[in-house]
Amino acid sequence: MSEAAAVQSTGYNFAYLDEQTKRMIRRAILKAIAVPGYQVPFASREMPLPFGWGTGGIQVTAAIIGADDRLKVIDQGADDTTNAVSIRRFFARTAGVATTTRTTDATLIQTRHRVPETPLGPHQILVYQVPIPEPLRWLEAREAETRRMHGLADYGVMHVKLYEDIAQHGRIATGYDYPVQVGQRYIMAPSPIPKFDNPKMDRCPALQLFGAGREKRIYAVPPHTPVKSLDFEDHPFSVETWSKRCSLCGAGDSYLDEVIMDDTGRRMFVCSDTDYCAERRAAGHRGEGDGA
Amino acid sequence: MRTPEAARVDPSPATETDPPLLTADGVTRWYGHRLGCRDVAFMLWPGEVLGIVGESGSGKTTLLDCLSGRLSPTAGHVVYRGEDGDAVDIFALPESRRRLLQRTEWGIVRQNPRDGLRMGVSAGANIGERLMAAGWRHYGDIRGSADEWLQRVEIDGDRIDDRPVTFSGGMQQRLQIARNLVTRPRLVFMDEPTGGLDVSVQARLLDLLRGLVAEFGLAAVIVTHDLAVVRLLAHRLMVMQGGAVVESGLTDQVLDDPQHPYTQLLVSSVLQA
Repeated sequence: MSEAAAVQSTGYNFAYLDEQTKRMIRRAILKAIAVPGYQVPFASREMPLPFGWGTGGIQVTAAIIGADDRLKVIDQGADDTTNAVSIRRFFARTAGVATTTRTTDATLIQTRHRVPETPLGPHQILVYQVPIPEPLRWLEAREAETRRMHGLADYGVMHVKLYEDIAQHGRIATGYDYPVQVGQRYIMAPSPIPKFDNPKMDRCPALQLFGAGREKRIYAVPPHTPVKSLDFEDHPFSVETWSKRCSLCGAGDSYLDEVIMDDTGRRMFVCSDTDYCAERRAAGHRGEGDGA
Repeated sequence: MRTPEAARVDPSPATETDPPLLTADGVTRWYGHRLGCRDVAFMLWPGEVLGIVGESGSGKTTLLDCLSGRLSPTAGHVVYRGEDGDAVDIFALPESRRRLLQRTEWGIVRQNPRDGLRMGVSAGANIGERLMAAGWRHYGDIRGSADEWLQRVEIDGDRIDDRPVTFSGGMQQRLQIARNLVTRPRLVFMDEPTGGLDVSVQARLLDLLRGLVAEFGLAAVIVTHDLAVVRLLAHRLMVMQGGAVVESGLTDQVLDDPQHPYTQLLVSSVLQA
């Protein structure tokens, strides 16, 4: 269905947002790509879902989606959770685009809290939903001051947070939204993805866009941009590890969710990325659990 | 030679040949129609402690804020001679350079330790912040340095992971001093460092400050309304009233032989215990 036809048949513009809004968001995106990691303010719109459910991500997606795109939406790695299903259906209805749950088939992936396990390629765009775009917020409450700190690259305070972690827990206990430095310049909040996913952002061939609807900020990591997780020399950055493999597909290299099975304490570990798990099972891999 | 009319402090003879560390020239600050401070000029040499006294509202803190680059003066210049020997007008510097100065070569001790400390993070992190800003990336080294400085300011090493909110007022003030001195600054600005502390704690803090100033050859500008503090710490003294410097000179000279009526009033109003 052409864009013009979509307008005529539903009364809505293609992909919900009006063209002026899309243009405004695209300008913000272009600026964000030009200055990797810099938070570009934009005039966030009311969307037909509450703040915190992905209003930023959905606006970025709406601004860049084309009729020939194939959209995948994940929430905590899963394609079948409420948030993922409703956003995917939203674009199927308002833009008439093809949707998929397969990472490799998608040209555009909107995500909350995970980066897909399957490596992304140069033809793909990853859109993150971001609740708090400001990595310095924990240490400095004033917006004017944090902007000045970004402007002057005055980032010493960022390590204070990591120091505090080690002092209190003996290690860097920050597990998600682990601060990164993009292109040796801006400190950036990678959105609440587990730090397990941080290395996937580094020199990723896909374009990564971040939208924060409530906070009205868009930022980006262009393809092949170095993304470094902050750390100390004697406490280097490391990712989570598990003693078990996925009970369903036997994967030992993916981010695992722990699922409590009953009230006697039985538990199982499964891939949080449902597509990755399903692909592996389709290829004949099996875990130790029966998944029942 | 000391003239109460000229708001200029004479150079102390021993260091006359060295270039001054900090030179203030005609520093004036207006808040709209209200005067903060007017036409203040002085020079500060390395290792020297300058006291600024005056009643509440006499422009002491405004002057200190101007000198330390946190408040731009309406008129006048503040020139600082950095470690590299270059004299720079701190208000002509780009803000990034000025901030770098503030967190490396300078220290700023605020009147209320809550303004100068990060109350939400531990004492160790408070001390380590300047080191991390200066590029230290080794946790063990940072912690070792924080531990050393806690002991220097007489705080138990086992309080290193406690937050400053659990500290007494005197400990908070000492922590603030440690946090500022950890990068070995050359110049420290202090605004009422003993304000709000009881007399015995004041005495210990002054003792500590005097020791640190002597040990590191610090230059310092100390603003206070407490004449005992300047008597103990300051080599030279400026007396301010209504935003202007009314008298200046060597501390003992000014306090023992005050010339200006206001200074005479100030000195005579000190309670004799």
